[in-house]
Amino acid sequence: MIHVFAFYLFAVITIASAVTTITARNPVHSVLWLILAFFNAAGLMVLTGAEFIAMLLVIVYVGAVAVLFLFVVMMLDIDFAELRAGFVKNFPLGLLVAIVLLAEMVLGIGAYRAGAMDLGTPDGAAATPAGASNIEAIGGLLYSRYLFLFEAAGIILLVAMIGAIVLTHRQRSDTRGQKISKQIMRRPDEATVNVKPEVGKGVQL
Amino acid sequence: MTAFFQSLGMSHDWAWFVSTICGILLIALPLLLGVAMIIYADRKIWAAMALRRGPNVVGPFGLLQSFADGLKVFLQETIIPSAANKGIFLIAPVVTFTVALMAWAVIPFNSGAILSDINVGLLYVLAISSLGVYGTIMAGWASNSKYPFFSAMRASAQMISYEVSIGFILICVVLWAGTFNLNDIVKAQEGHVLGIFNGFAFNPLLFPMWVMFLISGMAETQRAPFDLTEAESELVAGYQTEYSSMAFAAYWLGEYANVLLMCALNATLFFGGWLPPLDIPILYLVPGFIWFLLKVLFFFFVFSWVKATVPRYRYDQLMRLGWKVFLPVSLLFVVIVSGYLMATGHFA
Repeated sequence: MIHVFAFYLFAVITIASAVTTITARNPVHSVLWLILAFFNAAGLMVLTGAEFIAMLLVIVYVGAVAVLFLFVVMMLDIDFAELRAGFVKNFPLGLLVAIVLLAEMVLGIGAYRAGAMDLGTPDGAAATPAGASNIEAIGGLLYSRYLFLFEAAGIILLVAMIGAIVLTHRQRSDTRGQKISKQIMRRPDEATVNVKPEVGKGVQL
Repeated sequence: MTAFFQSLGMSHDWAWFVSTICGILLIALPLLLGVAMIIYADRKIWAAMALRRGPNVVGPFGLLQSFADGLKVFLQETIIPSAANKGIFLIAPVVTFTVALMAWAVIPFNSGAILSDINVGLLYVLAISSLGVYGTIMAGWASNSKYPFFSAMRASAQMISYEVSIGFILICVVLWAGTFNLNDIVKAQEGHVLGIFNGFAFNPLLFPMWVMFLISGMAETQRAPFDLTEAESELVAGYQTEYSSMAFAAYWLGEYANVLLMCALNATLFFGGWLPPLDIPILYLVPGFIWFLLKVLFFFFVFSWVKATVPRYRYDQLMRLGWKVFLPVSLLFVVIVSGYLMATGHFA
C-alpha cells in the first residue's frame, strides 16, 4: 500500500515538475523545478530497488551538475521577449527533436520488452541478483564484463577535463601569485634586520 | 519497533508507518533540543577562550539562553524584501532546515538503533549533504540583493570543492570497511588497530584522512575558519542578510544541525561510533549511545575550539587548500590504501 502511494507520489511530482520546467517563465524557476524532477526520479529508482543509481543521481546531478547549471542561469541576462520571439522560429526543430526522442523511447522499450538483453527481466522485477547488494552487482559488472567500456569512459572524461583546462588556462606574467611554501619557509632571522642607523642617514633595505 | 506495533494488532504496513514516524520524532525532537543546547555550549566555549563570561543571565548558568533567543525571534515580524522572489525566499530556509534533519536517518546511535539501516548509507549522507547548498543558493538569489548573492556564489563553489575531497576520503574508509552501510562501518572498526583500539583514526594510514575529513567538514558546514559565506566584514551576514524572525532561526538551527552531523560522521567513520574507544570488555558496560554522544560532543568542542582560535581564511586560500592540497593528497591516499589492502590480501 505504501509502495503504491509512494510510487504515485513520486511519479506525479516528477511529471508535474518536468512540465513546469518547460512552462515556467523564469529560467531560475525552471532549473529549480528540474532539480525537483531529478530528486523525484531518484525516489522512483529507490522504489525499483536501484538505490545505488538513485544516490548517484542525487550526488552527481542534483548535488553538482544542477548547482553549476543554476549558477549559470542566475548570472545570465535573459531577454524574455526575444526568447518568445524565437519560439515560433525554432518550433519545427523542437518538434523534430521531440519526434526523434519519442521514436527512440518506443524503440528502446520495445527492444527491452523483447528480452534480447540480459540486463534484467522485462517486467522490471529482480533487476539485481538476489542476495547481492546493488553496489556489489554494479561493481562486479563494471570491473569484469564492461571493464573496457568503463575505462574508456574514464579516459574520455579525463581528456575532456584536460582539454577544458588547456583551453581556458592562460599564463599571465603581470600578476604575482602567492607562494605559500616560500612564505612558510621564511624564518624571523632572514625576514628582519636589526640596524642602528646614524642620525640623519637613511637605511639601505 | 515495527514488531511492537504489530503486537498491538496493526497490519504490517501500518505498524511500519507508525514506527517510522515514531523513529523520526525520536531523532528529530532530541536533535532540535540538542541543537539549542549546543548553541549555548558553543557560545560558552567561545566566551571562555576569549576570557569572557558568555550567556549567564537566563536560567541557571544561562542554560535557557537559546530558548530565550528562540522565543525572541519567534515573536518578531517576518520581513520580506519587496524586490525578493517571494516563493523561493520563503522556501529556502525550509530547505536548509529539512535537509539538515534528513541526513540523521542513517546515523547509527547504538547497535541497531538506526532509523534506516540501508546499504548505501554513506552515499545517502553524501547525497543529502550535497543538497544543503540549495538553501544557501536559493536564499542568495531570491533576496535580490548583492551581498547574499555573493555569499551564495561562494557557498556553492566552496561546498562543491570540498565534497570532491570528502568523497575520496570516504572511499578510503569504505575500502577498509568493505561496505557503505554505516552500521557495518562501525562494526568493522572493532579492535581495528592492534586488536585494542576501536576506530579507523588510530590506523596510521587513515589518520591523515581523518585530519583532512575534519577540516573538510568545517569547510563543508561553513564553520570558522571557512565561514566566508557569512563573513561579516565583507558580506554583512551573507545569505541570511535579508532574513528575519523564524526564517533566520531556521538557518541558525540548520547550520548547527549540520555541524552536529559532521561531528557524528567523524565519530562514526573514524572513531568507532557507538563502540567504546578501547576494545576492553568492561568498557562495553557503558551503553553505546553514551559513547556516541561523548564522541559527538568532543568533536563539537574541537569545532568550537577552532572557531575561537583560528582567523578566517581568504577565499583564494580556501580554494587552494581544497583543490591543490586536499584533492591530490586524498587521491594519493586512495591509491596507497587500496594498494596496501591488495598487498595484504584484505579483499581475498
